[in-house]
Amino acid sequence: MTAIKGQVGSSAIVAREPASSRAMSAGLTRRLLRKPLGLASAIVILIIIASSALASLIAPYDPLDQNTHIVRQLPSAAHWLGTDSLGRDVLSRLLFGSQETLVGVLQAVVVMLIISVPLGIISGYLGGRADSVILRVVDLLMSIPSIIITLAVLAIFDSSMFAAMITVGVLASGAFIRVIRSAVLGVRQELYVGAARVAGLGRFQIMVRHVLPQARGVLLVQVSLFAAATLGIQTGLAFLGFGPPPPAPSWGGMVAEAASLIHQDPWLLVPSGGIIAITTLAFGLLGDALRDSNQERFTLASTFKRQVALATGGERATVVEALSSTTGAVLSVRNLRIGYGSVGDELTVVENVDFDIAPGEIVGLVGESGSGKTVTALSLLGLLGATGRVTGGSILFQGNELVGLSSAGYRGIRGSGIAMISQEPMVALDPSFRVGAQIAEAVRTHDRCSRAEAKVRTTDLLRAVKLPPEVASRYPHQISGGMAQRIAIAEALAGRPKLLIADEPTTALDVTVQADILDLLRSLQQDTGMAVLLVTHDWGVVGDICSRAVVMYAGQVVERASVDEMYRRPRHPYTLGLLESSPHLAKKGEPLPTIGGMVPPPRDWPTGCHFAARCPFATDACREAPIPMADLGDGRASRCIHIDLLVKERP
Amino acid sequence: MNEGKTGSPILEVDDLVVDYRTGRQTNRAVDHVSFEIAPGETLGLVGESGSGKTTIGMAILGLVPTTSGTIRFEGSDLARLSARERQGLGTRRQVIFQDPYSSLDPTKTIGYTLAEPYLRGNSAARATVADRMAELLTKVGLSPEAARRYPAQFSGGQRQRIAIARALMLSPQLIVCDEPVSALDLSIQAEVMNLLAELQRELGLSLLFISHDLSVVRHISHRLIVLEHGRVVERGDADEIYTAPKHPYTQALLAAAPVPDPVEQRARREARLAAKESKGIPA
Repeated sequence: MTAIKGQVGSSAIVAREPASSRAMSAGLTRRLLRKPLGLASAIVILIIIASSALASLIAPYDPLDQNTHIVRQLPSAAHWLGTDSLGRDVLSRLLFGSQETLVGVLQAVVVMLIISVPLGIISGYLGGRADSVILRVVDLLMSIPSIIITLAVLAIFDSSMFAAMITVGVLASGAFIRVIRSAVLGVRQELYVGAARVAGLGRFQIMVRHVLPQARGVLLVQVSLFAAATLGIQTGLAFLGFGPPPPAPSWGGMVAEAASLIHQDPWLLVPSGGIIAITTLAFGLLGDALRDSNQERFTLASTFKRQVALATGGERATVVEALSSTTGAVLSVRNLRIGYGSVGDELTVVENVDFDIAPGEIVGLVGESGSGKTVTALSLLGLLGATGRVTGGSILFQGNELVGLSSAGYRGIRGSGIAMISQEPMVALDPSFRVGAQIAEAVRTHDRCSRAEAKVRTTDLLRAVKLPPEVASRYPHQISGGMAQRIAIAEALAGRPKLLIADEPTTALDVTVQADILDLLRSLQQDTGMAVLLVTHDWGVVGDICSRAVVMYAGQVVERASVDEMYRRPRHPYTLGLLESSPHLAKKGEPLPTIGGMVPPPRDWPTGCHFAARCPFATDACREAPIPMADLGDGRASRCIHIDLLVKERP
Repeated sequence: MNEGKTGSPILEVDDLVVDYRTGRQTNRAVDHVSFEIAPGETLGLVGESGSGKTTIGMAILGLVPTTSGTIRFEGSDLARLSARERQGLGTRRQVIFQDPYSSLDPTKTIGYTLAEPYLRGNSAARATVADRMAELLTKVGLSPEAARRYPAQFSGGQRQRIAIARALMLSPQLIVCDEPVSALDLSIQAEVMNLLAELQRELGLSLLFISHDLSVVRHISHRLIVLEHGRVVERGDADEIYTAPKHPYTQALLAAAPVPDPVEQRARREARLAAKESKGIPA
C-alpha cells in the first residue's frame, strides 16, 4: 500500500490507495466480462456474429445444395444439425441465413441511434422550445401502430427487408429519445455540469464530454434489449415470407419451413427456433449484465470486500475492558464488536465499544464520518442490514441481552423500548399518507386501541411536540423540515420508549429550527424521563443538550466523560484535536488548528492505537499493542497511554 | 481587516432581483440585493435555507437568469456581454460547490477535469498543462499523480481540494464558494478553510463565501452580508456583526447556533429562551 503525501501549511494529506484501484477505474467492458452471465452472453453473441461473417469459409456445405437421398435426417457426423426436406445441410443454411438477420438488426439499431441520441440529448440538455418540439414528434411516433406501418412499407417497397428495418428503427426511436432525455435530465443537475458551464465550455462540448458518457450505460442497455426485440421482428417478417425468396436461407424462413413439416420432422424446428431463442436470450442477458455493470461502475461498493481477514484476524488481541456494568443503567454496551461481510470472514468496523446510559440521561455519541457511531447506534436496534452483525460483546437494555435476539424479539423492543429518529425526517414519512394517520398507525401498533382512542393520543403527541392538532391532516410535502422532524419525534414517542436514539437529528435543519428541536428534545426528556442517545458530529449540539459524551474514532470508543469535563480538559489527543478545529474559538487571520491525515478505513486499522498516525504525542509504545481504556475516575476514561502529556486546560 | 481593499471593486451587484417561476406562481428568491467585492477581499453571505444566498452565487456565475438589476464583473455588465465574452469570463471567475461528490464528473480522470477548461480554445496551453496541474495539485496538498485517478478514489475532503485546484487552473480573480465546507467533517473542514485562506493571501483572490454557518463565515470573511428571505438585513465588518449583531434576525441566528462550550452554551440558551418567553412565544 503506497501512500502519497503533499504539504500545505501544517497539514499533510495521505491519499488512500484502494486495494484494487485498477478495478475501480476499469471500464464498463471489464466489469461486464467479470460477470458470468455477461461473459457468457457476450461470447455467444461474438460467436454468432463471427460465424455469420465467416459463413462462406466455415460452412461445411453450400446452403443451396440439394441431395434427395438424405432428406430430413437427424444430426449425424456428416450433417451436425441434420438436413431439411430437400436434403440441404441445416447448419450451413443457419450460418448463411444469419447474415440477413444480423444485418437487419444492425440497420434498425443504427437508424434508431442516429435519430434518438442527438435528439434525446438536445431535448434533455437544452430544454425549452427544442424540448417541446421534439417531445411532440416523439408522441406522434409512439402513437403510430408500428406493425401496420412496417407491413405497409413492405408492400410499397416491394418486400424490401432493408426498408422494413429502417422503418422499425425510425419508429422505435421515439421511445429511446425519451429514455435518453430522462438520463440526460438527471446528469444536467449535476454540479460538474455547472462547473463546466462556469469554465466557459460550450454547450456542444458539455453535451459530448460530460453528458453523453453518463448516458452511455443506459444507451448500451437499451441497444442490447432493442436488438433482441428487433431480432424477433426481423425473423417474424421472414417467417411471414417477407425475407429473401426461397431457396435463399433465412432464420425466419427456416422456422416457417420447419413449422409446415412439424408432424413429419419435429427436429427441424429445434436448430432454427433454437438459434433465434439463444440469440434473443443472449442480447437480453447482455442488457441485464450491462445495466448492473454500469451501476457499479462509479461506486466503490463492489471493491470493498476481501483481504479483510488479514487485518482483523486472530493476531488482533481483544482488549477486555474493566468497565464494571452499572446497575440501574437503561442501556449498557460492553466490548461491542460489529462486522460486515460473510459469516466468519467479517470486516470489523466497530470494536471495543463500551458505554452506559442512565435513565433520563442525554448522552452524545460523537465522531466524524468513518468513526462507527451510526453503525453502533443501528446495532442497538438490530438494524445492521443483511450483511452486518454483532460479532462480539453485549448490549444490555433494561437488563435484557439484545445481542442474538430474534427479529420477533426485537419487535418487542423497537418503538416501545428503544425508538429512533434519523437525520432525514422527510424520508421517514410516507408521502402518500397524512401525517396524523402515520402517527395514529404507530399508536395503534403499540397500544392496540380503537381508532378514536388513537386519534386522541395522536393529538396529545402532536401537542407534546408543540404542533397544533390541525397539522395531522397535512401530507408530508405540505410541512417544513423542522415540522417533519417533530412528526418523526411524535411517532417515536407513540410507544413510550425508555431510550430514544437520535441519529444526527438536526444536521439537515437550519440553525434556528435546530435550536427548537433541541429545546423540544430537552423538554421531552425532562417530562417523560426518557433517555436519549444523540449521535452527532457537532460539538455545539453536544454542548447544548448532552450531559455526557462518548467519543469514537476509527471504530473504537476513545474517550468518555461528562460534557463539561470533556470540553475543559479533554483526555484524548483526538478529542482535543477535534475540539480545537472548531472555528468558534479560532483567532481571525490565523490558520485553524488541524489534525492532519485521515481516519483510516477499517481494513487499514493498525494493531496499536488507531489514532497514532495522526497524533502529535505518539511514540513507539502506541503502535505496538492495542491500547486499553484507562479509567480516570469520576466516570472518565480515555484510550491513551500519554494522558499525562494532555494536561492542557482549554479556555 | 482592510488589507487588499484597494482599487475599484472586482464585482458589483446592484439591485439584483431573481424570480423563480414554478407553474403560475412566481417566487422572489433574491429581492433587491446590492453589494460589491474588492480585489483580495472575502465577502461572506450568510442566511438559512430560502434566504437566496445560493441563488445570488448562481446569478453571478450566470447559471440562473436574473429578473432585474445589474451584475458588473471587472467593470463590465454581465447581461450586456456577448456569448463569446461571457465564455471568456470562465478564466477569471470560478466556483467551488458544496457537494464534492457531484461536482466532479465521475467518468473523467482528475487530470481531464483539471485540463479541460485550461485547454479550451488554447492549443498552446498543451505544452504547459501538465506542469500547471502538478503545481496546483501540490498546492492543494495532493500528489501530482492524483491526475491519473478517478473521483471515486478520493475522500470528500480530497475531492474538495481537487475542486479548488480546478477553480485555480485558470488563475481566476474571483471564486464563488457555495458552502464549500458544509459537507465535510470538522477536522477536514478546518483544513479546507485554511487552504482557501492561504491561497487567497498568496494569490490575491476575491472570494464570495456562501454559508449557513456564521462561525465559519466569520473566520474567513472580511465583511459579512446577512440575508433573510432574499433581502439583506445586515451588512458590515465580520467581527463586528459576530460580536454585536444589530438586526433581530442576525441576533436570532447567532443565538440559535450552539457554541462548542457547554458553560457558555448554557448561558446563551437561557438568554435565548428568556428572550423567546418575553415575546410570548412558547418554548
